[in-house]
Amino acid sequence: MAMIPSAERAGRFPASASKAAFPYLLAVVVLAALVGSLRIAQVDPRRFFEGDALGNVARFVRGSYPPRLSPEFLGLMLQPLAETVQISVMGTVMAVIIGIPLGLLATSSLTWSGVLHERGVRLGRLTLGFLPYALSRSILSAFRSIPEYVWAFMFVRAVGLGPFPGVLAIGVAYGGMLGKVYSEILENMDPRPLEALHAGGASKGGIVLYGLLPQALPNVISYTLYRWECAIRASSILGFVGAGGLGQQIELSMRMFQFDEVITLLAMLFLLVASVDFISGRIRARVVR
Amino acid sequence: MNGMVSARPLGRHRSGWLVASGFVLLIVWSYQGTRVDLGSLLGGEGLRQMAGYFAKLFPPDLSFRALRDAGVGAVETFAISFVGSILAVCIALPLALLTSRTVLYRGILYEGRGLSTASRALRVGLYAAAKALLNVLRTIPEIVWALMFVFMVGLGPFPGVLALGFHTGGVLGKLFGEVLEDVDPRPLEALQSTGASRLRILLYGILPQAAPQFLSYALYRWEVNIRAAAVLGFVGAGGLGQRIHIAISLFLEHQLLTLMLAIYLMVTLVDWLSASLRRRLV
Repeated sequence: MAMIPSAERAGRFPASASKAAFPYLLAVVVLAALVGSLRIAQVDPRRFFEGDALGNVARFVRGSYPPRLSPEFLGLMLQPLAETVQISVMGTVMAVIIGIPLGLLATSSLTWSGVLHERGVRLGRLTLGFLPYALSRSILSAFRSIPEYVWAFMFVRAVGLGPFPGVLAIGVAYGGMLGKVYSEILENMDPRPLEALHAGGASKGGIVLYGLLPQALPNVISYTLYRWECAIRASSILGFVGAGGLGQQIELSMRMFQFDEVITLLAMLFLLVASVDFISGRIRARVVR
Repeated sequence: MNGMVSARPLGRHRSGWLVASGFVLLIVWSYQGTRVDLGSLLGGEGLRQMAGYFAKLFPPDLSFRALRDAGVGAVETFAISFVGSILAVCIALPLALLTSRTVLYRGILYEGRGLSTASRALRVGLYAAAKALLNVLRTIPEIVWALMFVFMVGLGPFPGVLALGFHTGGVLGKLFGEVLEDVDPRPLEALQSTGASRLRILLYGILPQAAPQFLSYALYRWEVNIRAAAVLGFVGAGGLGQRIHIAISLFLEHQLLTLMLAIYLMVTLVDWLSASLRRRLV
């Protein structure tokens, strides 16, 4: 019994000396990378016991108790808390606005291959379909590879302080991720309804509208909501570079060694993230069955 | 949407409309709160301002010094993400065992050979404490951890490693714990029926099932961590982030573009490494 699957596997991937050596080779490479990285990253636990390190830990712990819960402080923090939510929502909206067109262009089954293009002319398909496809793929990849934090810092330079650069940063970085995932969702759709429509003589627009989008919608909504959960985490730290929200307050309190305020702000952040996760999770569970 | 495919449009339920209108209100409120000026963004001043800034980035600074600086930063960022991810796994594994109820105090492992009341109470307490610790680790963002560790052990990549390890340790601990609780119970029952001890069931029944998923999650978090490692330098924790911070603050736009290209290359490299490792190992 046990022979059959392994024989099958051997047939699919011809066994060779290099395959057998792979785990050992990998172990050596990982170990070497670890040793090198430990040196480069200057990992040295002794630093916890040198100089003021332990004293600083003690100062931090002592300073953070009791957490600051005075009504005027909490009242002051409501505005940044609301701003964090607003940045995450607008950032996600902007990400969708960026992600949908780029994602559609980056979908091979829409632009240049598959059922939709069985009637197309080859040359036109390549120039009008493949070029926008490749271009939008590389834009999406550039958008999502630069961390939102770096985007935020640059947008602060470009449009000034406040929540707006935070919205732009989340919009651009998450637009890149949404666009990629949208195109993957669209490419992995069941082709049979599309072929049925195609056989029925439906136009390209009709196939997209009645075959593709209804199938894709639940996954698209679900993934967008998931990204919103991530956006709330992001928007709460973008403030570190001056893009508004709770992060700016955490940074200020940290710099002024007001650790009792830091603890309160972190607790607020925790409650915020947990409640957004809860809401979004409930909706996602209903949208995708 | 003629019911032709299995999709369930949101609007089929009244609660769907309620949720949708809730979101519309949320968006309107957020639009006003963030003072997003779409008019100036799409036509005119805002767009010109932004285009002007991004045009200034070109061309990238490809002088030897800038390239060397970007290279050193990229290697440092890689090292931070790599060691940070391994530290995270080291933190996550024991905590995951302590936060999985089926390992600690209930389920197949404890069928027929129950725990004494005191022992059970102790284990439930241990579970709650470990769960709380994971929540704390996970809730505090990497960048806040980094600030705290810079405050404790000083500047450099080391606090960056600690920050990634602590935050990601919390995330992985939660994911690992869920994997441990969700393993297929049948192999465990088979082991139990042969009279295997709890430790043996854990070692030969639970962990072999969980290991591929552990690895897959760890690799995925490594991809997240390379991005995080690239920004921790903003608070003084080394790597490309520190250099980017300097470049932006001193208006060294051409160098900034070089550093952004370095981030792009590092992120792409780690995504590729992680994906190919996952394909071969999992």
